[in-house]
Amino acid sequence: MPKPDYLHFFIDPNRCIGCEACVQACSECDTHRGESMIHLEYVNRAESVQTVPVVCMHCLQPTCAEVCPADAIKRTADGVVQSARKPRCIACGNCVVACPFGVPELYEDRKIMMKCDMCYDRTSVGKKPMCATVCPSQALFFGTREQIEQLRPLSAPVNTFQFGNQTITTQVFVMVPRALAVSAAHVDVAAAMDEHPRSRAVSLKVVSSSGLDATAGDTDPFADVEV
Amino acid sequence: MAHLPVDPIRIIERFGPHLSAMTGARLSTSVEPERLVKTHCCFCGQQCGIQLKVRDNQVIGFEPWEDFPFNRGMLCPKGVKRYLQGSHPDRLTTALQRDPSSPSGFTAMPYAQAIARVASEITRIQQTHGTAAMAVLGGASLTTEKTYLLGKFARVCLKTPFIDYNGRLCMVSAGAANKKAFGIDRTTNPWSDMVGTEVIWVAGSNVAECSPITTNYIWQAREQGAKVIVQDPRITPVARTCDLYLPVKPGRDAALFAGVLQIMIERDWLDHEFIRDYTTGFEQVAQYCRDWTLSRTADVTGVPQRALMQAAEWWGTANTSFLFHARGIEHHSNGVQNALGTINLVLASGRIGKPKSGYGTIVGQGNGQGGREHGQKCDQLPGWRDISNPDHRRYIASVWGIDEQDLPGPGVDAYELFRKIDRGEIKGLLSICFNPKVSLPDNAFITRCLEKLEFFVSIDFFLNDTAWHADVVLPGSLHEEDEGTVTQVEGRIIKINKAIDCPGEARQDWRIIQDIAQALDRPQGFTFTQPREIFEELRVASKGGVADYSGVTYEKITQQLGVFWPCYSEDPKTGAPIEDHPGTPRLFERGSYNPVAKGSGPFYFPDGRARFNVAEYLPPVDDASAEYPIYLTTGRVVSQFLSGTQTRRIGPLVRQCAEPRIEMHPRLATKLGIADGDWATAETRRGTITLKALVVTTIRPDTIFIPYHWPGRKSANQLTVAALDPISKIPQYKVCGCRVRKADAAPEYAATLEPQQ
Repeated sequence: MPKPDYLHFFIDPNRCIGCEACVQACSECDTHRGESMIHLEYVNRAESVQTVPVVCMHCLQPTCAEVCPADAIKRTADGVVQSARKPRCIACGNCVVACPFGVPELYEDRKIMMKCDMCYDRTSVGKKPMCATVCPSQALFFGTREQIEQLRPLSAPVNTFQFGNQTITTQVFVMVPRALAVSAAHVDVAAAMDEHPRSRAVSLKVVSSSGLDATAGDTDPFADVEV
Repeated sequence: MAHLPVDPIRIIERFGPHLSAMTGARLSTSVEPERLVKTHCCFCGQQCGIQLKVRDNQVIGFEPWEDFPFNRGMLCPKGVKRYLQGSHPDRLTTALQRDPSSPSGFTAMPYAQAIARVASEITRIQQTHGTAAMAVLGGASLTTEKTYLLGKFARVCLKTPFIDYNGRLCMVSAGAANKKAFGIDRTTNPWSDMVGTEVIWVAGSNVAECSPITTNYIWQAREQGAKVIVQDPRITPVARTCDLYLPVKPGRDAALFAGVLQIMIERDWLDHEFIRDYTTGFEQVAQYCRDWTLSRTADVTGVPQRALMQAAEWWGTANTSFLFHARGIEHHSNGVQNALGTINLVLASGRIGKPKSGYGTIVGQGNGQGGREHGQKCDQLPGWRDISNPDHRRYIASVWGIDEQDLPGPGVDAYELFRKIDRGEIKGLLSICFNPKVSLPDNAFITRCLEKLEFFVSIDFFLNDTAWHADVVLPGSLHEEDEGTVTQVEGRIIKINKAIDCPGEARQDWRIIQDIAQALDRPQGFTFTQPREIFEELRVASKGGVADYSGVTYEKITQQLGVFWPCYSEDPKTGAPIEDHPGTPRLFERGSYNPVAKGSGPFYFPDGRARFNVAEYLPPVDDASAEYPIYLTTGRVVSQFLSGTQTRRIGPLVRQCAEPRIEMHPRLATKLGIADGDWATAETRRGTITLKALVVTTIRPDTIFIPYHWPGRKSANQLTVAALDPISKIPQYKVCGCRVRKADAAPEYAATLEPQQ
């Protein structure tokens, strides 16, 4: 049974609280127990508590598969890009280097690449992936386009990403602010790498009628604190 | 008698904490579970539904339980890995006795012999020093059945007034404030009411780490247009994207609430009709707030004036709202005043008792709500009754089949109980589900008290740090080895289901309590054969109390996926028996009837009105000073729970955050010459701690933060001050003056102990 085509995976990093429930739950998977296929990193802990969960984006034309000299990485008919096949994988690490999202990992001890396969054992029998089921902030969400439209009116799903000259379209969607999704057809990942997270993602708004200092803008909330 | 039997390192070698790992059936991808057991997580107050995979009397994994309405399958990392607490190498499977001649300090003893020894020691102490020389400490991770039984055991079997519990460290400020303001102590609305509200104010709650599932509710509310206000000295994950961040200086919360209310009064952002018809005491509160001018409030709280104005405007002009608070404002020597300050804001707005408007305290422990309702608190009897009230005493004495004269009076709070041990007034202690050597403030004092006990018996499934001092340890039950009920953060009573049997000679906790009663030759009232029988008696005992569970049955809980108390067996208005009362998801609805107000209003006082209470700001005890210029605040991390007795034994959780660090702002770090990862020493009037520094811009530059889950020389509570709120007796964990310096060298423990030890 294939993964139902009306169900999609959505990532909303803005909601991520860095709790690692996804990482812990991934290692409970019935196909790779004990190993987690999710990467969860602080963007820059010194400056912010912002974390980003990374699962396989399941590219329509997977770079990992394209660079694999052994043709070990297969895409199922329903578009799920799978871990390397054991008999074929030569553990060369090409895919690890080539994946623009940094997803595949080489398991040196077993001489094989493994990565997120969208919990194919679950999604192919109508269940949600483990990570998206447990995620307490629902930064990882699995459901229909209609559900996400209804639940997330402030953001919109995007699945085209620009890496320099390479444009990649993925099965997995990333939620971006709605206004941004309308103005840009894709997420420019290379450009985004120049952005640094700030400790707070919103600006300090002020009372319009108070007559107090009405300067808006992102400020250091601790600027006045003496040490 | 209760000095450590051997060097602590020897105890650790034998009893851990060691780490569990996924092995055997838990690692296999081909082993199928025999069955799935629907139950709940054993950790925090949200009590997420979870299904445990069971095979060969072992929990081998979990499966999300998506039908349970509160969390719909969601879990935090603790919930995901909770099952690894079972089949653990450190698990106690026999009774132990203190034995300095044994390399580990303890030797196994037959269970029956251990019970006999406990009974004879209790008898000796009580015959020599009086019944009140024995004390009992309980905990809020126990099922409600166990907490009920423990309260009954202390009063009826041991005949001592001295019982208290670790909720004293947790929920009591909120409870006392709710009692004063509403006459009832429970969050007012189910969490689902939050979605669709206009403003959410989170006061002193690191929701993302301490109650992770609540994050989704808050953020779903934000998607539907709610503005989120977060009041915290740290930019926590929910503060990162909030609409308004109030960077409050530790210990100044009551001032902030008074200042904001003053702005609301000045701008007339009040619900006059509600204040007139449903409350009393507003004038005195308004009088008090008059002195809290905008500039004074900003000076005291460290929150900029315009942020205070913005908070007041959003809160004052909203049509619907939710306010939540947790330990951040409650763990203070004026914690009750802080909580009353939030309640004043809620009452002034009139937004309570409606579908999209409510107020709640986020409880910390698994049974933080139920554990504070049925009599393991020193001044309380079942059904949230008052042990000093003659009517309440008579009723409970009749349920328990004893003479009211024989029911002891109020005891003392957990910390005062240790002071009584210190003074030699209490000689013997029975403790379950409490690890005060890690969790109480100024814990060097707690250690000295433990050393003074003539006899100490601990019931636990692992040998926790406090139990190192025990004369006898009785092997109790894990969460998944017993059944019963707990009441979670929303006031929803839920059912914990048994998945496996206790290993070896370990017993379900309630059986151990009853075995002691038997051995003391006072078995009357302690002959229950299953938790359901305890619950049936609890229903009767709670009947007519404010926390009325009389209409709750195990079947109703299972059928409705939880029952919100009060749930009546008799119509409170007519007295007619009713079998199908569904419970009370939302409190204080206009026109609602409750047995205290008897129709005169929605609140639980005879006149049906809520009380405004003057919520006075007082500076913290042991505030920052020239000598100790930095504020120390403490709290949790997401992968650990309480004193870590369970979570410091679960390998994957320990790897997530292996050891505590001292969190500080780069401006403070630069001034002190400390870089990220350096060993740093923090010092207060009580003690010192040396940990690695975590240098981040997400904390006030005048404040450091240390998580409290670790023991010994890594324990934050070596530093904290034993200053208690005069009403709730909660300790002031969230602020004290400290100083910090770069450490001269790595601490001694770094070479000898594993991170979790």
